[in-house]
Amino acid sequence: MAQVTLTVNGKQHTVEVEGRTLLVELLREKLGLTGTHIGCDTSQCGACVVHVDGMSVKSCTQLALQANGANILTIEGLAAADGTLHPMQEMFREHHALQCGFCTPGMVMTAVDLVQSHPEGLSEKEIREGLEGNLCRCTGYHNIVKAIAAAHPLMHAQAAE
Amino acid sequence: MGYQGIGASVRRKEDLRFLSGKGNYTDDINRPGQLYAVIKRSDRPHATIDSIDIAAASAAKGVVKVFTGADIVEAGLGGVPCGWQIHNIDGTPMAEPMHPVLAVGKVRHVGDPVAVVIAESRQDAKNAAELLDIAYTDLPAVANLTDAVKPGAVEVHDGVGGNICYDWAIGDKAIVDGVFANAHKVVKLDLTNNRLIPNAMEPRVALGDFDTSSGDWTLYTTSQNPHVIRLLMGAFVLHIPENKLRVVAPDVGGGFGSKIYHYAEEAIVTWAAGKLRRPVKWTADRSESFMSDAHGRDHVSTAEMAIDKEGHFLGLRITTLANMGAYLSTFAPAVPTYLYATLLAGVYKTPVIYCNVKAVFTNTVPVDAYRGAGRPEATYLLERLVDVISLETGIDKIELRRKNFIGVDAFPYQTPVALQYDSGDYQTTLKVALQNADWDGFEARRADAKKRGKLRGIGISTYVEACGIAPSAVVGSLGARAGLYEVAEIRVHPTGSVTVFTGTHSHGQGHETTFAQLVVDQLGVPFDQIEIVHGDTAKIPFGMGTYGSRSLPVGGSAMVKAMDKVIAKGKKIAAHLMEAAVEDIEFKDNTFTVAGTDKSKTLTDISLAAYVPHNYPIEELEPGLDETAFYDPKNFTFPGGCHIAEVEIDPETGVVEMVGFTAVDDVGRVINPMIVEGQVQGGVAQGIGQALMEACTYDSDGQLLSGSYMDYAMPRANDMPGSLSVATENTMCTHNPLGSKGCGEVGAIGSPPAVINAVVDALKDYGVRHLDMPATGAKLWSIIQAAPSSGHTPAMAAE
Repeated sequence: MAQVTLTVNGKQHTVEVEGRTLLVELLREKLGLTGTHIGCDTSQCGACVVHVDGMSVKSCTQLALQANGANILTIEGLAAADGTLHPMQEMFREHHALQCGFCTPGMVMTAVDLVQSHPEGLSEKEIREGLEGNLCRCTGYHNIVKAIAAAHPLMHAQAAE
Repeated sequence: MGYQGIGASVRRKEDLRFLSGKGNYTDDINRPGQLYAVIKRSDRPHATIDSIDIAAASAAKGVVKVFTGADIVEAGLGGVPCGWQIHNIDGTPMAEPMHPVLAVGKVRHVGDPVAVVIAESRQDAKNAAELLDIAYTDLPAVANLTDAVKPGAVEVHDGVGGNICYDWAIGDKAIVDGVFANAHKVVKLDLTNNRLIPNAMEPRVALGDFDTSSGDWTLYTTSQNPHVIRLLMGAFVLHIPENKLRVVAPDVGGGFGSKIYHYAEEAIVTWAAGKLRRPVKWTADRSESFMSDAHGRDHVSTAEMAIDKEGHFLGLRITTLANMGAYLSTFAPAVPTYLYATLLAGVYKTPVIYCNVKAVFTNTVPVDAYRGAGRPEATYLLERLVDVISLETGIDKIELRRKNFIGVDAFPYQTPVALQYDSGDYQTTLKVALQNADWDGFEARRADAKKRGKLRGIGISTYVEACGIAPSAVVGSLGARAGLYEVAEIRVHPTGSVTVFTGTHSHGQGHETTFAQLVVDQLGVPFDQIEIVHGDTAKIPFGMGTYGSRSLPVGGSAMVKAMDKVIAKGKKIAAHLMEAAVEDIEFKDNTFTVAGTDKSKTLTDISLAAYVPHNYPIEELEPGLDETAFYDPKNFTFPGGCHIAEVEIDPETGVVEMVGFTAVDDVGRVINPMIVEGQVQGGVAQGIGQALMEACTYDSDGQLLSGSYMDYAMPRANDMPGSLSVATENTMCTHNPLGSKGCGEVGAIGSPPAVINAVVDALKDYGVRHLDMPATGAKLWSIIQAAPSSGHTPAMAAE
């Protein structure tokens, strides 16, 4: 067992983990943050995407120990403290970009990083390519693409404020 | 806030929790003192189990118990039951071999559960499972349908000769043969419907719990129908009466059919929790999902149509082999019979049809209903055949369809294959789809693509399906071992808010929103004062769950019926309070009024009086305002429509790009247009996946080759058309109170043949008459390379 100290959604935690413990297991089992999901065992589906120091990462593909000292943002920490949804969450709802909701946390976290890292704008094709690492079986992606396109100007307007 | 009743695209209630990580999926649930189960599965397709040495595993760190097939035999557990019995042509019942929850003596497919290791942590259980020493003797295996029915093929189950589960037929063969003998022309097509793996994004999970104080069991499971699981598992496998067993299916991350069935793991954890007096949880790895979730489709068929000189369809003759896998899953026998062969009239007035279906056991994962279930197979067969008829007669494919359509004035229309369609308008859905897809402008787009070096094609499919399952007496006569009604309880609380308890289950469909809209519409209660409860047998009355696009047409109709009862009782209370005759009471917009007066009482006034019955007709009327209704549908519902696909193929690589897709569906009354669009979009994506990408593949020895997302091609955002047009042109269902037909499966039913017809059209200069799904780049590249007109010789292609 080893100790890992990390900040998750603004709160610092020190947790005992085995060397083999994955970041997603730490989040779900040690911290009870079950919003981050596990949909596969080959790093293909993206249901487990969180932000590690501002970058979207598949948390099933990183050991918990590698996150020592890192600043993690999960779906639970995306909305404002008063519960106001993040523009990406709001646009997913507005454009019916989720059905069963299982891929949604990873999809939203990927989408936020995608928009943040492309302030110049995103074409529809770039959005689709940016979702390469995230699987959804319900929506056919059409409304997810629409939601991300709609969130882009909102997020960058908010960032400029 | 605008109107939130029927017809409004109300944003979904459930989204707030899903978007903020507060969903409550089965794997998110943990019970105090919980143990973890890991299933040891067969890594071979067919073998005898000679011995299982559990000593090392049992002694390993953290291990509490190891169970094998011997333990379940000793405990007297029943097999996993099948919910539908089909009869052979000769009247005898189908072969129904035992399906033990842990393999006894033999394994019959890769993934067959052999033992379960239960430990303090999942890692401990996983490590110990590696220490199980299982001695097998391999047997020859058969995975492929045509191999399984060859004389001398290995028997998957001893005594099931030729691996035939049943040999079933519909229609009068002699009459159909007579029509063929005298036909102007017969067009024949051999085709397969590729095997698929459903792949709901949430892997299956089962958590069994046993309360030592009450002696009650609870199973938390990823299910589309908790009451069905309670009945099947309690009555047939574990012998636990309903009053001692609770099944909870909380938020469920997609199902598409694969979470209808009662699975062995559910019984294992529930039974083990009782034995060990501690909760036991099993969570599937995705790799386990691939080899243990029921698969879909897998048909091999020969179809022949007899036609006259003008291209009128005179008769249809079909033989189909349908893969059942190694054991019968819950609904499996019904899929290639009553959900497939009865749809073979399609949208056409073909007067006589004969279809013979042989269901076949193989050394593969059980096959059962997957989104559409039988109707995609029927639609694909018909719509490919119609295009081949067009090709071989020179009759335009639109003209050929139009002249054979069942007319709008022909309803109710009795097909020659048992079903009676109540409504539809195939000419209109076709007309609108042709407009929306700019069919007439296609040749210009094809010419433009040619300039860019691309092969462009357009394909159409016109279809009808049967859902809203199903009238209980009808399905009972066809072999169903259950009724298929649905139930709803409408509880009006003392202060006028409403809780709805429904037997259906939402796993992505948005029932919490759509069903609340029904209450807004009928009772006038504000949207935010309505709660929809589903998924817990301790809360909801006995209902049959969600599949076959039944939740709205059947479950919604039960709600309407229960609300009718609420209003009828409310009128009696209102009549008492306002000293009027019941006949003079009207109810509208949440208010009871005395006709022709200004006297009125709100629903809240009435519900308060019902629960505080001080001034109340207590002699004639019970207190309370809480009504339950069971609704048994009078018929299936028949959604239909037209799908048009447009593709471009790069002849250098064979890769297909979906450049456009147009769906115009008739789903009856639409409650929430946004949700209907989403359902169709998702169904179309699965249909495109089947047509272009997805293929569950076994090698000839029965090893599963497509066992992960690295090997099984799931549609991704970039595979879907940027131009996707979804619309409805609705006729009302005539026999349920809502007029709704169901929209969950139309996308996956109509789309595959439209896509393949487009691919074949794009390759029309290459002499392609037909190709089987999926139309992968490699397959098309080979076809292009081998064609004389490609400029490449076949020898070059082989280099």
